[in-house]
Amino acid sequence: MAGKKNTTPEQQQYQQLQQKHEKKRPVLKNCIKAFFIGGLICTIGQAISYFYIYFFNFTEQSVGNPTVATMVFLSMLLTGFGVYDRLGQFAGAGSAVPVTGFGNAVISAAIEHRTEGFVLGVGGNMFKLAGSVLLFGVFAAFVVALIKTLLGIWGGI
Amino acid sequence: MLKGQQSWVFTNRPMITSTGVTGGPFEANGNLAEDFDRLYEDLWLEQDSYEKAQRVLLEDAIDIALKKANLNKEQIDFLFAGDLINQITPSSFAARTAQIPYFGLFGACSTSMEGLALASFVINNQGAKKVLTGASSHNAATEKQFRYPTEYGGQKPPTAQWTVTGAGVALVQENQPGQKNPVITSATIGKVVDMGLSDPFNMGGAMAPAAADTITAHFRDLEIDPSHYDLIITGDLGRIGHDTLAELLKKSGLNIQKGQLADCGLLIYKEDQPVQAGASGAGCSATVLYGHLLNQLKQGKYKRILLAATGALLSPLSFQQKESIPCIAHAVAIEMNN
Repeated sequence: MAGKKNTTPEQQQYQQLQQKHEKKRPVLKNCIKAFFIGGLICTIGQAISYFYIYFFNFTEQSVGNPTVATMVFLSMLLTGFGVYDRLGQFAGAGSAVPVTGFGNAVISAAIEHRTEGFVLGVGGNMFKLAGSVLLFGVFAAFVVALIKTLLGIWGGI
Repeated sequence: MLKGQQSWVFTNRPMITSTGVTGGPFEANGNLAEDFDRLYEDLWLEQDSYEKAQRVLLEDAIDIALKKANLNKEQIDFLFAGDLINQITPSSFAARTAQIPYFGLFGACSTSMEGLALASFVINNQGAKKVLTGASSHNAATEKQFRYPTEYGGQKPPTAQWTVTGAGVALVQENQPGQKNPVITSATIGKVVDMGLSDPFNMGGAMAPAAADTITAHFRDLEIDPSHYDLIITGDLGRIGHDTLAELLKKSGLNIQKGQLADCGLLIYKEDQPVQAGASGAGCSATVLYGHLLNQLKQGKYKRILLAATGALLSPLSFQQKESIPCIAHAVAIEMNN
């Protein structure tokens, strides 16, 4: 972070000294753990998809919704029983990126603010973490859809 | 009596006659469990919010300290207390229960020594006969305010620290010659030091320069050498801050022996507890000093100790607005009455 802000030479000198003692995130180890745990979560999701296709009247196109709902439900249980945060410390992005991580962000905030009541507490804070994912996700989807539509009109694709 | 630029020498040697130390379930599994007066099995302490639970931690610590000293609340002149929660409500609400004239303090995790220094000053200068001082923190209440929800699965970096659930309270009163109790001999009040660090997951690295500043000021003001103390211990620097401080003190020319410098945040938990770089929180130095360290002084393991409690004076708002983390440290010297 040094260099970006207006720091005095004394501050820069200290920051260099401090850096020597600072433990770095084990990036490669974290990536490998994230790859396998993230992969495992997606494999479970795939198994649930097949379950719905083979035992119920779902197709590959329509199976997304019940699968996501089931995964979020499982994530909710694991969050409520205090397991998901431990998984998150181990797996990092592996458990944060799949839809279960999104579920965890919503549910953990809802549990956390239960003590402030249902309206101001749960209602007001539930999307504290996930709100920006929704906002920028919806906006990104809008921009992509707009580009596709415009290309369709002008380019005849 | 003021000595040097920023230190008080307490010539009347105010005495810590009683203490009360409470902790949560994580502390019960820790390294110093035996030094707590009361440990709770549940983080909620039978309350309906974590903030209320923190208030109960402090209320119980006050009750225990008074009970040990055989005193009533009416016999206490003042209470100096503080914590990390917005508007220090757990401390103020505990003061409502106690009905003791109250000074609310905020010095983040340095509050414990800020309170002890002020309490000693008041007693030393006949401003009161009996004063209670204490600090508290609660892991879940602090995480909720400063970081993420407790059940959120975010990955903490190895520099992060674990907030202690606990409260430590001391009863300070005039020196009673002949009594075998710890006495407070001096205190150094710190300046706010900011070295431009802005990572809220690396408090130790941000706070180390404040600790170094106060500790060097202490030796300069009192014109003594580090060998005066058996132990120089910081509040909650954790692994990174502790190592950084050792290097800073070495560079400043203070001759500190190996093993003479320690950190409360590295003592309280066991190696295998998942606390990353160590413990933190206003309750960290308060519980370790009023429990473990005073017990060690009474057992004769140490003769004189200097405790420098460090605090990071940030708010959730200030770090989101990309401000750096200003830090402070207050040091208090304690020895056995002879």
